[in-house]
Amino acid sequence: MKFGIVTFPGTWSDGDCYYSLGNILEQDVRYIWHKDTDLSGLDCVVLPGGFSYGDYLRAGAIARFSAVMPAVERFAAGGKLVIGICNGFQILCEAGLLPGALMTNSHLQYRCQWTNLKVENHNSPFTNQSTAGQVIKVPISHHGGNYYADERTLEDLEKNNRVLFRYCESNGEISAGSNPNGSMHNIAGIINARGNVMGMMPHPERACEPLLGGSDGNIIWKSIIRYLTNKV
Amino acid sequence: MYLAKVYITLKPTVNDPQGLTIKGALHNLGFDTVKSVRYGKYMELQMEGEDIARAGEQVKEMCRKLLANTVIENFSFELEEMKIT
Repeated sequence: MKFGIVTFPGTWSDGDCYYSLGNILEQDVRYIWHKDTDLSGLDCVVLPGGFSYGDYLRAGAIARFSAVMPAVERFAAGGKLVIGICNGFQILCEAGLLPGALMTNSHLQYRCQWTNLKVENHNSPFTNQSTAGQVIKVPISHHGGNYYADERTLEDLEKNNRVLFRYCESNGEISAGSNPNGSMHNIAGIINARGNVMGMMPHPERACEPLLGGSDGNIIWKSIIRYLTNKV
Repeated sequence: MYLAKVYITLKPTVNDPQGLTIKGALHNLGFDTVKSVRYGKYMELQMEGEDIARAGEQVKEMCRKLLANTVIENFSFELEEMKIT
């Protein structure tokens, strides 16, 4: 499958995404510069983590108007898969491709740590290789991952199984103690109504081999690959 | 030329941990009269133009598009004429 990884000024996880997809999972990967507008031939676009444009104004606010973004919006409108990780999630929210917003962590601290994620919907293109209620271990690394949405949006997300991942204890219990940033409903990742655009704060590319402390992140990449393979 | 003073504030329903922390620090310094702090942003924009109504429309558009995230923030602004020196 052909993956495109977008690099904005200040993106830092593009290399890790490339390594996970290209080296570990042996997929066809290419970088997309933020000034490029050609996404032809791609099956999935990845907006990786980092601090695009220094997180000035708001995280993702400037990157959202990059030259590549109208192409990403058209790509998503065509039903193709888009995944935003960390800063990529923030960019997707700023662009209105996903609802809600990511605010400064409730404790005001930058957090770099492992988190447990409960897979709340294992029937999406991004989670089909997990089992119902599976707990996966994926690290976070952010200062602004505190998910906010108004009551109506939250209701819609919950009712339509659009919450893919929730921060939880290692036994799957959703608790305040396992919430690393103050996110509403412990939300760590969501999909759009159509189900082809996903955003998550944790970094699957940093959990791609045992040497890094775990390889649960590959479940997400493998789900995407399985979904695309079945489609072909 | 106009000077636009733009204020971005969090919506009342949005939790503001920075404001709460600042309030705590003010209390620690003995400023017990402070009942609430809401943290926000302030920007000054110098703009070319001769039509204040049009400048106002532009600032509103800038706020909606970029300067504020209307999911979580409100905006307001003042416009004043600037003397060209």
